[in-house]
Amino acid sequence: MTMQGAMLAGLPYIVLASGLLVVMIGVAIRRTHFVAWSLTLLTLLATLVCHLPGYEALGEGTALTMLFHVDGVSYVFNVMFVLAAIFTVVISYQYVQERIRFKEEFYLLLLAATFGSMVLPAATHFASLILGLEILSISLYAMVAYPEKARGPLEAGLKYMILSGVGSTTILFGMALIYAASGSMEFASVGPVSGSVEGDTFYLIGHAFFWSGIAFKLSLVPFHIWTPDVYQGAPAIVTGFVATVSKGAVFVVVMRYVMESDVFTSEAITYVVFLIASVSMIVGNILALQQKNLKRLLAYSSIAHMGYLVIALFLVASQPAVGFETAIVYLAGYFVMTLAAFGVISVLSFDSERELATIDDITGLLWRRPILSATLIAAALSLAGIPLTMGFIAKFYLFAAGVEGKMWTLVGLLVLGSAIGIYYYLRIIFAVTSKPEGEIDRSTSSSWTGIGAVAVLGVATIVLGVYPTPLVDLVQALLQASGF
Amino acid sequence: MNALLLISLLMAAGVVAWASERIRPNLPNWVALTTFVLATLWVVFAWFSGPHEGGLYAEQSYRWIPRFGISVILKVDGLSLMLIGLTMLLGAVAVVSSWTETSTRRGFFQFNILWVMAGVVGVFSAFDLFLFFFFWEVMLIPMYFLIAIWGHEDRSYASMKFFLFTQISGLLMLVAIVALVWIHYSTHGVLSFDYNTLLGAELDGPVARLLMLGFFVAFITKLPSVPLHTWLPDAHTQAPTAGSVILAGIMLKTGAYGIIRFVVTLFPEASRDFWIYGMALGVASILYGGFMAYSQSDFKRLVAYSSIAHMGFVLVGVYSFNELGMQGAIVTMIAHGFSTAALFMMAGALQERLHTREMSKMGGLWVRAPRMGAITMFFVIASVGMPGLGNFIGEFLVLLGAFQKNVFLTVCAALGIVVAAVYGLSLMQRSFQGTPNPDVPEMRDFAFREMSVMIVLMVALVWLGIYPQHVLSMTDALLPILGVAP
Repeated sequence: MTMQGAMLAGLPYIVLASGLLVVMIGVAIRRTHFVAWSLTLLTLLATLVCHLPGYEALGEGTALTMLFHVDGVSYVFNVMFVLAAIFTVVISYQYVQERIRFKEEFYLLLLAATFGSMVLPAATHFASLILGLEILSISLYAMVAYPEKARGPLEAGLKYMILSGVGSTTILFGMALIYAASGSMEFASVGPVSGSVEGDTFYLIGHAFFWSGIAFKLSLVPFHIWTPDVYQGAPAIVTGFVATVSKGAVFVVVMRYVMESDVFTSEAITYVVFLIASVSMIVGNILALQQKNLKRLLAYSSIAHMGYLVIALFLVASQPAVGFETAIVYLAGYFVMTLAAFGVISVLSFDSERELATIDDITGLLWRRPILSATLIAAALSLAGIPLTMGFIAKFYLFAAGVEGKMWTLVGLLVLGSAIGIYYYLRIIFAVTSKPEGEIDRSTSSSWTGIGAVAVLGVATIVLGVYPTPLVDLVQALLQASGF
Repeated sequence: MNALLLISLLMAAGVVAWASERIRPNLPNWVALTTFVLATLWVVFAWFSGPHEGGLYAEQSYRWIPRFGISVILKVDGLSLMLIGLTMLLGAVAVVSSWTETSTRRGFFQFNILWVMAGVVGVFSAFDLFLFFFFWEVMLIPMYFLIAIWGHEDRSYASMKFFLFTQISGLLMLVAIVALVWIHYSTHGVLSFDYNTLLGAELDGPVARLLMLGFFVAFITKLPSVPLHTWLPDAHTQAPTAGSVILAGIMLKTGAYGIIRFVVTLFPEASRDFWIYGMALGVASILYGGFMAYSQSDFKRLVAYSSIAHMGFVLVGVYSFNELGMQGAIVTMIAHGFSTAALFMMAGALQERLHTREMSKMGGLWVRAPRMGAITMFFVIASVGMPGLGNFIGEFLVLLGAFQKNVFLTVCAALGIVVAAVYGLSLMQRSFQGTPNPDVPEMRDFAFREMSVMIVLMVALVWLGIYPQHVLSMTDALLPILGVAP
């Protein structure tokens, strides 16, 4: 490892961390919302740019100590997380300006959370896994509860902190047992040990804990209970970030773990994960059917979406290239449509004291706020997996992956889940397009930056859905360069 | 002719129509009408100038998603050209028939109509299975909006049911498509969604049967056939007039088209083994649709159920697996498009004038509006299967073909024509004949706008009835591919 290579690989992390410090010191010197906001945005943009030189030069990836392995895959996820953070920063300006008493620290937390999420895709060791996970989670607890005067966010923050803490502990305990069985904490060498009775038993019990904790973080059934409450209670801006970045980051690290540790050679573990995925697809969709609050509905739908994504996880074990490609495309689509949906809710709510997230609130929206409605419709169609949208391409990838891996049961459940899902996504669309009675009030106080940012995602949903080839080519080139 | 250009033209016109609403509220109607008339002329021109080499009227191919071997392959053969022509003509009819019906948001309304039609043209010309599925969905979403926004009182339920039925059956088809492609990939090493490539896929008997069923279920849901028909009466009844015209006139044909184009050719043996079920479902639809139509009191619902019966004939014809049956099925598709579009337009006109579709609130309308009465009479007779009009040719050929295959089922299907006469004439009696209903003191008769459309449709049906050879000869090239050449 050359010094230069290591610098190049670590550059985005260094830039982001320095930016974080700059923002912190800036806040300490003088509190100015706009300055903190611009500095944050600048930091994120700089971090984004820093990924460009590395992409060509990385080759098969660079190991930074035994904890991290930076390669094309970690880069592509980093870019996704940073873009999601940029989107969140852009639309949160008006919200923070009008609703929050202590404004500047919000951005600090956001930067820290982004940093934590960027650690995870490169993690190859239990230590770096837990490090990234905790930096991310602890920042998120505070972000969820940030509007400290309001009851909902506080309640959600508390719930999230306690339950997520339990999740992290479970993961830690699982790691300890796995370490006891295999004698290593590096993903590549914690593989299944056979021979000794203790080795086998500890290994399995350790994994039982490990996967429970992971399932909690990904909100897979039966560890999903926290999801709707936290989604509903947190400000929509934060919810969008939690739904995308925190789940995406955890998913990537699990993928890397599965690829390097051959954990799915153990039949018992495979079966349990299979079961969790199957139940998530069905339960998530069925529970979403009755929801009247958009955020709760999206929470349940995200449970189902994470269940679908496990198909890619299984494929990672047998064909890493296809598995990672599927996961990247799927998560890219999931990021765009989920952020679009929560973005619409956030921007919409600027007009009102409370958050406008019930089905009644969005009834007839198309005739009042055409741009936001069009984006919401695009996002809903995309989440439902209807062609012309990014969500369809993503789901098609999973389909293809499932068929290629001959996972017929999971593909069947994916179809069944999607079929149930159409119903509640359609309810959103029906509400949005239904004709209002009486005068139409088109006045709004939401800023054009927010509407513009949301519209960009709406357009991206459609454009990438109709012509995904550039994205697909990029992902394939990256994976090839990274030696998959 | 260039199918992609036609599709883009329709989509672009949709956007223009939406935007033109700001200039004048009535402008979207004109934009849509002009587009459809031009497109119809384009198709007619292509028809007269004859096919290129290989019997195709148009052929385009572009790369799309090379990762999965997906391309934009659009081909127009005789069958496709006829159906596209029908689509464009009925598009114009749909626009004219709803000229005054929708008062709000005409721009978005015409946008949806134009985009449905773009999807339908895509379905009729796509020769890449992924592209086919893509257009299958493109036509679904705007149709959903047409019903959900501009539908009648029960629109929420109807639009949801329509969407769910079509979408879920479509998902089954998608599974079948992907599985077919992967089986082909694993045996030949070529990843491709190209229809012509996939024709060469070698499938085991049981696998072929399963995949065939995936396609079949999607198509008979759209057709629709018993037992997957239940969305149709609701969707047709609740849709605005233009929506009903498009649904019945064109979208049902996409199901029939899919069976002919994909089920029969991609899975030849499996389909042939399946003939008895296909035919039996067709006969069941004919009889069930006929009986249900007779027991309706809602004008529009009656016509909707009669569509199920007519589409049953298509199914019987296709699954006869001989030249006569196949040609009969195709003629029935075209003729039903004209006659049902006219009847739905009539239902819409009545609803606009009387604000009801209940036949008990009509009666003796002929006295009030003789032109409407005469026209309804014409199309009811056509729909019943009077010789000399298009529907007769289609159903007669179907019965001739089916007779060679199975006498019992043919006899049952022929009974359907008797039932058709019963519900057709009862429709006529309850609405236009009998003692004039005192609650309807006067009613505006058809004026120039509506008459001109109806006359076009009448001429088309007579032409089809007297000289069907024009249509039959268009399918000459197709029949050997379907394996039913004499």
